Amino acid sequence: MADVTTPPKDVFRLSMLIYDTRYRSLTIQAIFMILLMAGAAWLVDNTIHNLHALGKDFNYSFLWSRAGYDINQHFIEYNNDDTHGRAMLVGLMNTLFIALISCALATVFGVVAGVLRLSNNWIVRKLMSIYIEAFRNIPLLIWILVIFAVMTEAMPAPSAFRGENPTSSMWFGAVAVTNRGVYFPEPLFSRSLGNIDLGIFYVSTDLIAILIVLAASIYAYRRLGRHAEKVQNATGVRPVTWWKSALILIAPVLVLLIALGFHLGYPALKGFNFQGGIQARNSLIALWLALSIYTGAFIAEIVRAGIQAISRGQSEAAFALGLRPSRTMNLVILPQALRVIIPPMISEYLNITKNTSLAIAVGYMDLRATLGGITLNQTGRELEAMLLMMGIYLAISLIISGVMNLYNRSVKLKER
Amino acid sequence: MKTTVFLGIAASACLMAGAASAGTLDDVKQAGELKCGVTTGLAGFAAPDSNGVWQGFDVDYCRAVAAAVLGDPTKVKFVPTTGQTRFTALASGEVDMLARNTTWTFSRDVDLKFTFVGINYYDGQGFMVPKKLGVSSAKELDGATVCIQTGTTTELNLADYFKANNMKYEPVPIETNAEAQQQFLAGACDVYTTDRSGLAATRATFAKPDDYVVLPEVISKEPLGPLVRQGDDQWADVVRWVSNALVEGEDLGITSANIEELSKGTNNPEINRILGTDPGFGKMLGLDEQWAKRAIAANGNYGEIFAANLGESTPIGLSRGLNALWTQGGLQYSPPFR
Repeated sequence: MADVTTPPKDVFRLSMLIYDTRYRSLTIQAIFMILLMAGAAWLVDNTIHNLHALGKDFNYSFLWSRAGYDINQHFIEYNNDDTHGRAMLVGLMNTLFIALISCALATVFGVVAGVLRLSNNWIVRKLMSIYIEAFRNIPLLIWILVIFAVMTEAMPAPSAFRGENPTSSMWFGAVAVTNRGVYFPEPLFSRSLGNIDLGIFYVSTDLIAILIVLAASIYAYRRLGRHAEKVQNATGVRPVTWWKSALILIAPVLVLLIALGFHLGYPALKGFNFQGGIQARNSLIALWLALSIYTGAFIAEIVRAGIQAISRGQSEAAFALGLRPSRTMNLVILPQALRVIIPPMISEYLNITKNTSLAIAVGYMDLRATLGGITLNQTGRELEAMLLMMGIYLAISLIISGVMNLYNRSVKLKER
Repeated sequence: MKTTVFLGIAASACLMAGAASAGTLDDVKQAGELKCGVTTGLAGFAAPDSNGVWQGFDVDYCRAVAAAVLGDPTKVKFVPTTGQTRFTALASGEVDMLARNTTWTFSRDVDLKFTFVGINYYDGQGFMVPKKLGVSSAKELDGATVCIQTGTTTELNLADYFKANNMKYEPVPIETNAEAQQQFLAGACDVYTTDRSGLAATRATFAKPDDYVVLPEVISKEPLGPLVRQGDDQWADVVRWVSNALVEGEDLGITSANIEELSKGTNNPEINRILGTDPGFGKMLGLDEQWAKRAIAANGNYGEIFAANLGESTPIGLSRGLNALWTQGGLQYSPPFR
């Protein structure tokens, strides 16, 4: 008996690293870490070795050399004398722009389709099912190409607008739909305040002024609403505010626009193309619609799931209180559904942003087409351009997900 | 211990990778197949025919090299590359050589680390427009929408040309020739610009080629030729001298018809040296003595290849022009086989 109770001597043997549960997990982690580091080291070493074998170096100086190519859609000043770095910036802004408008439209499509899929109307419900199933089950690239092909093949060429008896005419005399894109009137200011030079690009002072006035108007409108609420709480009668709020919202901006000499510049056929106005190129429209409709189908399912996650008792209670269906949806169901909807929504927004890199299929000059396409090709800096592009996409995605997580925190159920 | 073993393996793997990229000729012989980068489809230069067999001017160059190195002109794996993917494909070893109407430029030769082995087609960039546009000169193209293949020298020439002539244009970037064709025919662009040979080839595939004209302006020099990776001089020599043999073959009157007879021996020592009747050159190149004979026999000499794929009897109908032999007022000229 005595030898059984003798406590085991605390001797460390090498085999204990594997057989002793106290050390095993540490051993495995250490081995895994070493393998991981060795793998990384091998990748880096291989890269250096092969670059050396090819006689290439690794540097980013090409970003400061002349690009030499033109980009059709640029939000900042750009011509072929600018640098590759600036071309990259132009591409980045095109990427961000298409991502932004696609996220916005996809959300609209998704929310509408998701809510309507739960409609009591049989036809509406089935139509939405068809939309969702058709669009999310066919690859995005095909949708982009289909919409692009329809735009280029089915729309009239600018020359069809020419002559005494043109075969095509502009909508309302202002919007021209052609096989090269849609031309809209552009806002112009005859007494413009000019631009502010921010070093990298110019910012229109007119736009800033309008935004400031608009923000001030909205603030005043909010104050008015709060005041009306206070009066209602005190006296039980809500004062009539609609004309005041309309005045506050519209009048200041209107006055500012008149002061700036606002007018519309209409597109007009001159030479080969329409000149003047804003051109939304076919590539932009195809990419925008395809991304929005495709991702909208996914968002619709997320919205539907979110709504169905709210217990039926909630809507019954709302109906019992006498709320109409629309108000029940807006005030009771959606606010609660949002906390279920938003986390998967973040992934959809990230998907849209990453899917914008399919732009090259229709010749939309995004980051992939400028930095990862023409610049890479003309300079032959594959590794540098690819790494930089990966870094930029990663940064954009992390920023989007960070912002959306903040928003998520603000709408999620506050537990006390 | 583990790490050292691992690093040892890694290091030897690197060495092997280095060794593998050192001798393309041996790699090709070992694989029994030449991986040749061509266009994704440009009639006359490289395009699959109705049976799926690649045909064209560049294709024949690949076949000539395969015939010289492997003894069989059919042992070629054609890898279609776009203007964007071609250089990466060559640099990474995905293809052994590029015969993809690629322009020889300073930066591609020096900075991208490639070796251009010669010029098999002297070309220049031009513009094609529909006839009904009523344009007779490229100087009238101010404000036009121009379809352009991205990642090419034409993209840069276009920008330079319009800038120099103080004109504006709207570029429509496009990945392949087929897409460009579709856009151009749909009228989504007024002008299609690329090398004039490419324009002629593309126009020949249209349903109504006569509705389109190639404008007279040639806005750039586009010397097209096969290229290989820099740093493998033996392989570069093989491809270079196969190309030279095709031109020299035409110069000396060696055709696919009379090559068998000539290889029995002639009283022209240069023909004897090329065809291996007078041995020595094959060994210097790391090949057997029949290399040039097989290369020329595969598709004929330069003139035959040109006539069969691009010449005036084909739908593309290009005249020899600058690509005639030097003896006939052209620029095609091979260094002597001596």
